[in-house]
Amino acid sequence: MLAYTARRIVYVVPIVISVALVCFLLVHITPGDPLVAVLPADASQELAAQLRAAYGFDRPLPVQFGLWLLRALHGDLGNSIATGRPVLAEVMRAVGNTVTLAIAAAIIGFTMGILLGLIAGYFRETWIDKVATSFAIAGVSVPHYWLGMVMVIIFSVQLNWLPAVGAGPNGSNSWAWDWAHLKYLVLPAITTSVIPMGIVTRTVRALTGDILSQDFVEALRAKGLHERGVFRHVIKNAAPTALAVMGLQLGYMLGGSILIETVFSWPGSGFLLNSAIFQRDLPLLQGTILILALFFVFLNLLVDIAQAAIDPRIKRG
Amino acid sequence: MLIKNKKTRAALIALLALGTAAAWPRVAAAETVLRIGMTAADIPRTLGQPDQGFEGNRFTGLTMYDALTGWDLSSADKASTVIPGLATEWKVDDADKTKWVFKLRPGVTFHDGSPFNADAVVWNVEKVLKQDAPQFDASQVGVTASRMPTLASAKKIDDMTVELTTKEPDSFLPINLTNLFMASPAKWQHFYDKAEGADAKAKSQAAWTAFAKDAAGTGPWKMASFTPRERLELVKNANYWDKARVPKIDKMVLLPMPEANARTAALLSGQVDWVEAPAPDALPELKQRGFKLYANEQPHVWPWQFSRIEGSPWNDIRVRKAANLCVDREGLKDGLLAGLMVPATGTFEPGHPWRGKPTFEIKYDKVAAQKLMQEAGFGPNKKLVVKTQTSASGSGQMQPLAMNEYLQQALAECYFDVKLDVIEWNTLFTNWRRGAKDPSANGSNATNVTYAAMDPFFALVRFLQSGMAPPVSNNWGFINDPKFDELVKKARQTFDPAARDAALAELHAASVDDAAFLYVAHDVGPRAMSPKVTGVVQPKSWFIDFSPVSIAQ
Repeated sequence: MLAYTARRIVYVVPIVISVALVCFLLVHITPGDPLVAVLPADASQELAAQLRAAYGFDRPLPVQFGLWLLRALHGDLGNSIATGRPVLAEVMRAVGNTVTLAIAAAIIGFTMGILLGLIAGYFRETWIDKVATSFAIAGVSVPHYWLGMVMVIIFSVQLNWLPAVGAGPNGSNSWAWDWAHLKYLVLPAITTSVIPMGIVTRTVRALTGDILSQDFVEALRAKGLHERGVFRHVIKNAAPTALAVMGLQLGYMLGGSILIETVFSWPGSGFLLNSAIFQRDLPLLQGTILILALFFVFLNLLVDIAQAAIDPRIKRG
Repeated sequence: MLIKNKKTRAALIALLALGTAAAWPRVAAAETVLRIGMTAADIPRTLGQPDQGFEGNRFTGLTMYDALTGWDLSSADKASTVIPGLATEWKVDDADKTKWVFKLRPGVTFHDGSPFNADAVVWNVEKVLKQDAPQFDASQVGVTASRMPTLASAKKIDDMTVELTTKEPDSFLPINLTNLFMASPAKWQHFYDKAEGADAKAKSQAAWTAFAKDAAGTGPWKMASFTPRERLELVKNANYWDKARVPKIDKMVLLPMPEANARTAALLSGQVDWVEAPAPDALPELKQRGFKLYANEQPHVWPWQFSRIEGSPWNDIRVRKAANLCVDREGLKDGLLAGLMVPATGTFEPGHPWRGKPTFEIKYDKVAAQKLMQEAGFGPNKKLVVKTQTSASGSGQMQPLAMNEYLQQALAECYFDVKLDVIEWNTLFTNWRRGAKDPSANGSNATNVTYAAMDPFFALVRFLQSGMAPPVSNNWGFINDPKFDELVKKARQTFDPAARDAALAELHAASVDDAAFLYVAHDVGPRAMSPKVTGVVQPKSWFIDFSPVSIAQ
């Protein structure tokens, strides 16, 4: 297991460097001026050159990348052009908000998904299965930003039960797990949860149905094992695949959703990415993409290791 | 339960009355809070020179800070003009027109209690102009220097008098100075002394970062708390030097909400009291539910800026005039834009001091437009192909695609065949600086970039003066007309304010007579708010004064 883990960690290194290179190049090869956020439209060439030098954009691209990577390794992703604040602090704060949202959405989505998947799998081809499957299909089919807007219209504008936007009441500068803050989380979390809920439902349903039709289940039942025991075997066999799917979904959620976070003005990484794109704030854009990509890579690493720990066949593979 | 004993009943009533009376002061003293949903995705920078264009100046500039000169925002009917701010009077040197003397307002203090004086003015000028000054901050230069392009230096004469020097004689300086906000040097120095850093530059940067979180200006609002990207809370400055402009509301909360539907939902659900630019299709519902809508002509122009390089079809004035006469701007306003525009007949409209008396009347006259095109050699069987570069969205661009398609259809009736080259907003903005001759223009002979028309340089000079052609500034089309150059020089070197305004009016009238642009619309800065909000005056400006606003709790 230790060798497998070490091997997987070594694999991550080139991926991380490639991710860094791609996200650095992506924002540099797009047309437009990287200083557009601070450089007024009528800026003189002298002023433009002065600022370009101040931000280091006058250096050759490989030098810029080298310096950027070196600083990044020391935890310095530079300062946002638009705000002058350190990128790392900006991104980590936003990531914190996205993690809060992702955790809430994961709790809702995975719980519902596993529950509906198991029910549908156990009662395949019955009306119960059809209802659960319909939920799953609706979850992955409905545009989530549209669902968000509909929920805002119903629960905020019409019923006035929950706030429409924001991440906490006035005067609150940090997140707290109390109702005053949680009510801001309800609508964005439900909206974020619908896709993972649908995907997990379908995955668990398929796995459960497949496992229940296998010979070893018949054998277990024939041996007189009670249904609770059979259920435990089903869970254990379904877990690695379900875990991988949930890990991937969690990765997507931790990446933040530009659409959902913008609809709800939730100050997470998607919202930050949106701002960085619109302000053409290159250091912020690069930093946000890099950290989100790293999140994704390391989350996959954790999922792979967890899968291997649960299912020894994976290590051998 | 009935209380039968009269004495007991009387005593209880008296007690109740006393209790109610005792509660009155608490009710009366309840804090009044105004919550505003901005269109910005982030709180504009708070350190004295805001980013995010004039929305930044509106919310974190003019609230917490003052400049030497300010804008009169008290009227919804007349154009906003420059008035004294932290300077009470100013005068250009008769012998050397590059030197200005500003008399400072006595008795003004920054929010941290330190005095506002000539040293503070010099310090603030040097924060963006003097590269070797400890407080120099490159990040504030971009949003400042180009708005006062001729300012060179500042010198203290005495505690309450300061001398500013320009690179060349420039009568626009007092107007440009509305953009230089005065931050507290004492507060910055406090942070600088506390900052830990390897060198002065690092300490300076740390001091500005700390200052942005705990800012001090002289404005009517003081920073109370700041959560980047989420919320800025401002409280009223009860000691504000202009007693008439001490805010009526205790606290103002600014919330970034870049999505129009989210802003509108927040207003409808009572989460905020005021939103900038509500979703246009929600206007009927907002009206129906009793929300108040405000809109007024802004110093803003939505134009096509013509290429005037060799071979451009717009070099024929008949073609330029025909395009200006072929657009039904009222139809555009009432149909596509649901009333949220003012038809443009130039950069400035009648009533503005810089309007002048153009002889070419920009209006909808399709017959006259067709006649001009026929005189220029075009007709139903020989259409003039013109290409315009535009964006799908962008700050101030209103509804660029839909509006350009409207123009495309309108101009087709006057024998134009309009091709649109739609590119991303920031790229269009960058290309604007590169000019019509640059490959990035992609063969376009017009560009559609909206512009602010607050001051003469931004409104006229940068487009009309030949020396402002790329790469210097925004004369994208390379207009090279000696008459414009002469009028710009005249306006810049006329120092009596009334005579300067007259010279600017002459320049503007000449530009309209030349049909220098296809003038289409002015934005109206729509905002919607709760019926609880009163005292709002929406001036003909990008800005608004929050001081007279009240809110019922």
